[in-house]
Amino acid sequence: MTDTAQPSRPLRVLAAMSGGVDSAVAAARAAEAGHDVTGVHLALSANPQSFRTGARGCCTIEDSRDARRAADVIGIPFYVWDLADRFREDVVEDFVAEYEAGRTPNPCLRCNEKIKFAALLDKALALGFDAVCTGHYAQVIVREDGTRELHRASDMAKDQSYVLGVLDDRQLAHAMFPLGDTVTTKDEIRAEAERRGLAVAKKPDSHDICFIADGDTQGFLARRLGKAEGDIVDESGAKVGSHEGAYGFTVGQRKGLRIGTPAPDGKPRYVLDISPVDNTVTVGPASALDVSALTAIKPRWCGAAPSGPGTYTAQLRAHGGETEVTAELVDGSLEVSFTEPVRGVAPGQAIVLYDGTRVVGSATIASTVRVKEATPAG
Amino acid sequence: MAYLDHAATTPMLPEAAEALTAQLGVTGNASSLHASGRRARRTVEEARETLADALGARPSEVVFTSGGTEADNLAVKGLYWSRRDAEPARTRVLASPVEHHAVLDVVHWLAEHEGATVEYLPVDTHGRVHPDALRKAIARNPDDVALATVMWANNEIGTIMPIRELAEVAAEFGVPLHSDAVQAFGQVPVDFAASGLAAMTVSGHKIGGPYGIGALLLGRDQSPVPVLHGGGQERHVRSGTLDVPAIASFAVAGRLAAEQHAWFAREIGALRDSLVDAVRTAVPDAILGGDPEPGGRLPANAHFTFPGCEGDSLLLLLDAQGIECSTGSACTAGVAQPSHVLLATGTDPDLARGTLRFSLGHTSTQADVEAVARAIGPAVERARAAGLT
Repeated sequence: MTDTAQPSRPLRVLAAMSGGVDSAVAAARAAEAGHDVTGVHLALSANPQSFRTGARGCCTIEDSRDARRAADVIGIPFYVWDLADRFREDVVEDFVAEYEAGRTPNPCLRCNEKIKFAALLDKALALGFDAVCTGHYAQVIVREDGTRELHRASDMAKDQSYVLGVLDDRQLAHAMFPLGDTVTTKDEIRAEAERRGLAVAKKPDSHDICFIADGDTQGFLARRLGKAEGDIVDESGAKVGSHEGAYGFTVGQRKGLRIGTPAPDGKPRYVLDISPVDNTVTVGPASALDVSALTAIKPRWCGAAPSGPGTYTAQLRAHGGETEVTAELVDGSLEVSFTEPVRGVAPGQAIVLYDGTRVVGSATIASTVRVKEATPAG
Repeated sequence: MAYLDHAATTPMLPEAAEALTAQLGVTGNASSLHASGRRARRTVEEARETLADALGARPSEVVFTSGGTEADNLAVKGLYWSRRDAEPARTRVLASPVEHHAVLDVVHWLAEHEGATVEYLPVDTHGRVHPDALRKAIARNPDDVALATVMWANNEIGTIMPIRELAEVAAEFGVPLHSDAVQAFGQVPVDFAASGLAAMTVSGHKIGGPYGIGALLLGRDQSPVPVLHGGGQERHVRSGTLDVPAIASFAVAGRLAAEQHAWFAREIGALRDSLVDAVRTAVPDAILGGDPEPGGRLPANAHFTFPGCEGDSLLLLLDAQGIECSTGSACTAGVAQPSHVLLATGTDPDLARGTLRFSLGHTSTQADVEAVARAIGPAVERARAAGLT
């Protein structure tokens, strides 16, 4: 049984409301289930006065007003909390530093870990709330013995448990996801919002990265890190092109390489490796992206850490598919090997381990073992 | 429910509501020449006389506006433009740093778009402008001052300014002084003629009248450049069809505010004193904002700083218990900013985030005070645990 179905006792719930449709419906469901709900909009942008066209569900005055309007319709108190400083330190700066180090971060995951279920949750608990409610699609299932498990949403197509995989027991104990336990298409959520009189029903989906207003990640990084021209080389080390900053690439990336000379076999080339030390990007054929194993650091567990090796399904990026792995904790790091090779694994991304639909834990990908190692130069 | 946010808006007086509804069904544009127009004009002019009487002004000195913000804009922009037009060197604007945003943002705008040089007058730790400070500022170059603007009483911390003395100084140099008296009217004696002001702002909904109506009291020798151009109503200073029902209602509220200010200061002031005592008993380290002397502050204002708390947290906790108050400072997109008023008085920025303003009014009761007395201690304790983010 999940949180929202017939609560055994009403909880004091703080609903994080972005101004989008999902979090509005989540707050409405929590209130309808009998909880004492207060809405809060997080001001995360350093410049909260900016309006943005085609609002993407975060950070603008328009979003804040949409959230407030939704709270008014639901009939709950509403506040705006300024967490811009924490967000800048813990999410934006981390994002820039990770790219600078040649990795590919997931800022939504970091925001859940450090902001929504840390800064926000801590403040909520201190003020006497029992739980933080969000519009994520995931399920918290409470076992007979009271232990809580994080599961994929009933609707796998909408599942967002990947970006919540970083939550530990304590965070999970105070998390509420009212959207996760129903099989709902986005259209149905919109219809529900409409039925509830929430004007955000027709609002466009949020996507992209909320703190990069124009969606131009490369441009954002270039402004933050400056241009640093370097070489694009092939597996043999021969220069095949140039770039304006190694940080702008992601392992597995194909588009935007602007390589002048075609590959000998005429096939497309992909980013195989990013080396911030010598500012070099290595490219090669798709087959060279195949990974047989990886090491991931900073593991976090939903429940007790597993002892010994185990077989799990793993997800390696948001919206990614599942793949079968064996994983073992060795000296505090997670050693993972894939049953079948996988392609396009980017350091910096999270690996989330599942047992069926249950989230077991997560860790940050640090390094990978390629099936076909790039031929050393010379 | 304990409503302690009367400085934001106060419940409408029954007499004012009656005057408003009585006029809502009556047709007539006060500018029309026919019988309906004459009837409307009569209502407006009677209201103007009533309000002028309540404020110690001549009827011709009352210019109706859509509220306090518009009156402030008209006074500050209009007087700046007219003075500069007459003498191009007059571009210096003197303002207190504790003004309401309806003045503060106007002087910012004049600096950014109209070539004004804005000079903020120093204030003491209670947020008060001293006449000597104004004298010093003007005397630096009396020939380049366009106008000065200092509020009658502060909306956050309740400090009352020495308006008459300030106006005397301004008059010595022939500088027009404007004062936003939105918070003062109804709480302390406000007499336009005796004050020596060139212009003064009042608002309807802060004194138990309707929203959307206010007035600029404007000395007869002042002719500000209009902000709104059009049909030439209100001495050609403020065009726009007059809102007859709101004006009639505003006048009723204004008359009562003037008649009852002594009662208000005594009765509501006593309630305020017991609220201050109750908060200090429950939270010994709470800091009372503004002038601690009862004569130096608005009788209905109780402003506190709670060290280690975020005002927003306190607001949430008290709201959950049916106590409605304010942090006192303005918001940007709903995000609380440290109060510019407290910063101007030299308060540490972290401290300035932990403020609450309780403002009482004509419907306040001892029960409201008791509700605060019960809730404030635990709320502060909890807000301290949540800390400053």
